[in-house]
Amino acid sequence: MRFVDEYRSSADAQRLAARIADVVRSDWTIMEVCGGQTHSIVRFGLDQMLPEQITLVHGPGCPVCVTPLEMIDRAIAIASRPEVIFCSFGDMLRVPGSSQDLMSAKASGADVRMVYSPLDAVELARANPDREVVFFAVGFETTAPANAGAVEMARVQNLRNFSVLVSHVLVPPAITAILSSPDCRVNGFLAAGHVCTITGCLEYEPIAAQYRVPIVVTGFEPVDILQGVLMCVEQLERRRHTVENQYARSVRREGNPAAMAMIGKVMEVTDRTWRGIGAIPMSGLRLRDAYADFDAERKFDVGSITAQESPDCISGLVLQGLKRPNQCAAFGTMCTPEHPLGATMVSSEGACAAYYRYRRTPAAGAAQPTHAGHQP
Amino acid sequence: MNIEGPVCPVPLSRYPAIVMAHGGGGRLMRDLIENAFISAFGAVGDRPAHDSAALDLPTARIAFTTDSFVIRPLFFPNADIGELAVYGTVNDLAMGGARPLYLSASFILEEGLPVDTLMRVVQSMSRAAADTGVAIVTGDTKVVEKGRCDGMYITTAGVGSLECVGTIGPAEVREGDTVIVSGDLGRHGIAVMAVREGFAFGTQIVSDCAPLWDPVQALLASGAEVHCLRDLTRGGLASALVEIAESAHIEVTVTEEAIPVADAVRSACEILGYDPLHVANEGRFVAFVRSDHADRAIEALRTCAVSADAVSIGRVTASGEGRVLLRTVGGLRPVDMLSGEQLPRIC
Repeated sequence: MRFVDEYRSSADAQRLAARIADVVRSDWTIMEVCGGQTHSIVRFGLDQMLPEQITLVHGPGCPVCVTPLEMIDRAIAIASRPEVIFCSFGDMLRVPGSSQDLMSAKASGADVRMVYSPLDAVELARANPDREVVFFAVGFETTAPANAGAVEMARVQNLRNFSVLVSHVLVPPAITAILSSPDCRVNGFLAAGHVCTITGCLEYEPIAAQYRVPIVVTGFEPVDILQGVLMCVEQLERRRHTVENQYARSVRREGNPAAMAMIGKVMEVTDRTWRGIGAIPMSGLRLRDAYADFDAERKFDVGSITAQESPDCISGLVLQGLKRPNQCAAFGTMCTPEHPLGATMVSSEGACAAYYRYRRTPAAGAAQPTHAGHQP
Repeated sequence: MNIEGPVCPVPLSRYPAIVMAHGGGGRLMRDLIENAFISAFGAVGDRPAHDSAALDLPTARIAFTTDSFVIRPLFFPNADIGELAVYGTVNDLAMGGARPLYLSASFILEEGLPVDTLMRVVQSMSRAAADTGVAIVTGDTKVVEKGRCDGMYITTAGVGSLECVGTIGPAEVREGDTVIVSGDLGRHGIAVMAVREGFAFGTQIVSDCAPLWDPVQALLASGAEVHCLRDLTRGGLASALVEIAESAHIEVTVTEEAIPVADAVRSACEILGYDPLHVANEGRFVAFVRSDHADRAIEALRTCAVSADAVSIGRVTASGEGRVLLRTVGGLRPVDMLSGEQLPRIC
């Protein structure tokens, strides 16, 4: 398979791992921001290939995991209305809200449908003029252009029965929040290649300069990630802290201006609560006032619904890279993919789900964190 | 609709769609049974219709199984629910080392289902049964109101004669056994999803739905010592291996690079965030064979078209704890069953 096989080559991966071992001198903690990268690391066992000086910690880059509990409750409240067809990407359906998830709401009679694109939801609105069609617009900058485009399409077609429940989040403010925390021990970042395909790299340059951390925009395949780690370690060893682009086959420095323009036309930056982390100023997107008619939160008046996280769930610490999933007392006992306490156990890109799937048996290092002597 | 009382027996062909009366126990139902089912499946010998079928069995030891089939859409590239209902049960018998002989077929039909659709499915069941040498000897029909079922559901049960010497099953698996898959993985699951969701993945992926008795027969005839067979249906290779490993208390280690997956299937999985190891198949199986018989087993499997790409993917590496390990680029990692169905990811 082109563009995949060459980045999964075992020989290239071994060569890069050996090169990292040659270069590294000190102990470094590197955070991969994106859940897709976390998944690759654990799925392919990449952390086991790294020298013990390097500790990988898993960042907050899974959109399903950071969508706040109250937003799930709002989604369920809207979905439970008889006139509503509620559309969502598949992996949001099993995320637990305060009392149930969207799949249980569906089993109780709510019309919840899994779609693969927000445009499918627009099409449903056109085909069902007597129903209210609501799309759950979650995700980082990667999904924002298509979601904004769907709203714009509904406006142009005057589909008044279409609306979106927006819970979009932005990567750079989250990195800043992690770096500003007094507990932060992250020395370098692998930024998310897909996000930067849209946004470019420019936003990361002031962060790298201010906090003196290298940020390497990185892809998702084993060779990409190991190369990203190598570039990051080379900078750390030379005490450099710039933004570099490992994922140049997809990411341009200026990003995708057309996609950014679509986001800017329909959405604006707002404060956003991150599940497990809390409020981060100017870290999300909401619909502009001109598109208020398409805002499901206003249309169905669910803004007042609030919720409390489970006290047993440490997903916030996991998302900030302060704890590993298997350092949680509930991991694999009270909290499993069948009965998740937090979203990080639900999404296929959630760090807890990745550890549960790939790291439970002692032979593969389940009982111990990856490098026990180098915990963040 | 009520057809009690003096009603003219309207022939089936006059109704373009299934009505409640087709399941009502009256003439319309008898018409349906005669015109749709008996004409396709044949009566059992020349005996008059009765409540149960009498079967002649060549062996004293038999295998018996049942399965229900609910799938949307009813028709998908290379197969349909009818073939699935025959092959699914036939394959479950074959996995026990049994030659499939007789099937029952029960239908739950949704009011409004086009009769043509039913006839297409029944014809394809008839062809599938003929291909595999099984007879469909008994059945049942119920009709439910529109909206209460997805077109049609089919339940088949099957009886087969056990032709293998000894037992085939997880309890027979031994440390050192070679693990063989009969072909590439994931075609059925991706093909059905592509049609259901309206995806185009460049090249059309067709279902691998196929009967598996021929390759099993070839395997048994080769003299290779076969310890366990399992068809890789829902949950894919991962679920089958984990089930066997856990029930036999063995450690199975397979190598990712050795597991055959077609490029088109891999691409589709990459796009959707699916793992091909978890995607359903309907014409693939895994065989645990004595390691020094593995070459003979693979050679025998490759004589059948459906298992022409059979290949060794790993072996039983220890006994004691039941688990499955996958050798990847970076090392070994455990393989688990899915907790539910695979859900496509956001980005």
